[in-house]
Amino acid sequence: MKIAVCAKYVPEATAARRIDPSTKRLDRSGEGALNAFDANAVEEALKARDASGEGEVVIVSVGPERALEAMRRALAMGADRVVLVSDEGAAGSDLVATSRVLAAALERENADLVLFGQQANDSDGAVLWAAVAERLQRPLVSQVAELTLEDGKLRGKRQTEYGYDVIEAPLPAVVAVSDAINEPRYPSLKGIRGAKKKPQETVSLGDLGVDAGAAGEAGSRTTVEALNDPPARGDVQKIEDDGSGAEKIVDFLAEKKAL
Amino acid sequence: MRFLVFLEHHDGKLQKDSLGVLSKAASLGDVEAVVLGQGVQELAADAGRFGAKRVYVQDDVLLDKPLPQPRVDALETLLADNGFDAVLFAATVLSADVAAALAARLDVGLNYDLTDLVVDGDKLVGKRPALGDSVYVDVGWTSEPRLALIRSGTFEPQESGGSAEVVPFESRFQDFSLAATMVEQAHEESEGPSIEDADVIVAGGRGLGGPEGFQQVEELAKALGGAVAATRAVVDAGWYPYSAQVGQTGKTVAPKLYVAVGISGAIQHKVGMQSSALIVAINKDPNAPIFEYADLGVVGDLNEIVPKLTELVKARKAA
Ligand SMILES: Cc1cc2nc3c(=O)[nH]c(=O)nc-3n(C[C@H](O)[C@H](O)[C@H](O)COP(=O)(O)OP(=O)(O)OC[C@H]3O[C@@H](n4cnc5c(N)ncnc54)[C@H](O)[C@@H]3O)c2cc1C
Ligand SMILES: Nc1ncnc2c1ncn2[C@@H]1O[C@H](COP(=O)(O)O)[C@@H](O)[C@H]1O
Repeated sequence: MKIAVCAKYVPEATAARRIDPSTKRLDRSGEGALNAFDANAVEEALKARDASGEGEVVIVSVGPERALEAMRRALAMGADRVVLVSDEGAAGSDLVATSRVLAAALERENADLVLFGQQANDSDGAVLWAAVAERLQRPLVSQVAELTLEDGKLRGKRQTEYGYDVIEAPLPAVVAVSDAINEPRYPSLKGIRGAKKKPQETVSLGDLGVDAGAAGEAGSRTTVEALNDPPARGDVQKIEDDGSGAEKIVDFLAEKKAL
Repeated sequence: MRFLVFLEHHDGKLQKDSLGVLSKAASLGDVEAVVLGQGVQELAADAGRFGAKRVYVQDDVLLDKPLPQPRVDALETLLADNGFDAVLFAATVLSADVAAALAARLDVGLNYDLTDLVVDGDKLVGKRPALGDSVYVDVGWTSEPRLALIRSGTFEPQESGGSAEVVPFESRFQDFSLAATMVEQAHEESEGPSIEDADVIVAGGRGLGGPEGFQQVEELAKALGGAVAATRAVVDAGWYPYSAQVGQTGKTVAPKLYVAVGISGAIQHKVGMQSSALIVAINKDPNAPIFEYADLGVVGDLNEIVPKLTELVKARKAA
């Protein structure tokens, strides 16, 4: 089975994140990493490939050139190759523009299954898959916490506001997984060493036949008008536990008359 | 400004958040609504009480199950014949997929996770807290209709006592839209305790390491005289029952005290507990988003802190 995993390059979780006031875009100058939620999609793809006994897992990403290094983590986990769409003209893409670029890259791959992570931790959108499934004209199942593949179809169990649904769809299909679907493996030393040698392709918008006007800010349909400070918060305090954390909590609760 | 609000429904009732969005839109301009499903005529008329002048209804067996893709076909048909300035959705698992797919179908802008909407002349401005709510972004649209997903729990429904004209419509479906089928719907995994009325809640997340980790949470909750809650991650993993889940797809709670143990504090969790009077968080990761909004955050290992805390609370209460 051929599986494509959509994975995003996001700022490192430990980095201070900010929107650059001049470009009104996320400041991507700091360290970056594979979006942690996408590791769940990679893990699920590896399991499906290995269970089917054939095929490949290809990582598809839209991002800056530096993203390639972060995507190597997925290769080290066991994915077979990476396709990175990297083009100045794709920077600043909103949902419609990103979905157009990503769908073009996915069309070239023509995978049996396209997997997404739960959300990008810099956008918290949890929406991109639906736009991509629409462009690929494929059935979609999102928020999947349990996935089974058999006889050319998939079955996904997922939580909604009202309980659990079980949804079936024929392949080829698009699935977005939840962060509870699995425990992503850690790359082995051998995996890390082997990753560098696996195929890693960088493609431009032109290579995909996407017009410059269809991506980036030109292809976007939303704008960022202004950046404001968040409303003032009450007193929030954060302390390190030096062995007295529990006492401090009790003192705090007593002071707030919450005991 | 002319708004269309997508009204979601479950079990014969219009969903609360989508009625909240309807009420908000009614305060901003002319508002109409759309209800898609089977046997939904009567329930659609109810939207009039919350400010809709007209409700478009497609009553179709192919819309019986709450799957997103056929709804995109229906909305495309409806929007082709009507000049709406904006189409609003209350964010739910279903609506988010409908809105994003519709944006791609029509090639129009979608802004998501909005917590307010402001009309400024002929302009609509969306307010979007971003990067873990650390910056508030004003967002706009360069195409019409403007699509917007409103963060769950943002607007309260307000009855204005009107009535709506119900307008049936029909649409055709694409083959790929009908390819997915629902074989089981809204199944409640297990019955469990109710957490909505509790004054004190101790909630556990994936940091507990496994279902057995909930034992220490239960002991702390017992000492504090409170109830136990959980995140989606641990509920999905089967560590704790769905009935105890807090967040967008779980319960909304506002206890006097909420203790979050081994919980990162994702937005979708936050929307279910942010109105708690006092929030205490224990997490070993100093960068966890929960520390942005916990009144007291303790960076440390829950396995060290929680048992001690339980003993200290017991001692206090005994004294
Ligand atoms: C549409 C949608 C709806 C959703 N609805 C909900 C919802 O209703 N409710 C909900 O909760 N989530 C919901 N989510 C999921 C949400 O985005 C998060 O994925 C989820 O809340 C994470 O759960 P968690 O905090 O338990 O796990 P994690 O994010 O994995 O966090 C675990 C935390 O435990 C800490 N930790 C680990 N070990 C220790 C230790 N020994 N001591 C102290 N701390 C430790 C870690 O530092 C980490 O911060 C939804 C997501 C989507 C896309
Ligand atoms: N630039 C990107 N390139 C590839 N995949 C992406 C990109 N952005 C988002 N995704 C995928 O879409 C999912 C949801 O992203 P979002 O809707 O932005 O929260 C992520 O978990 C990834 O699987």
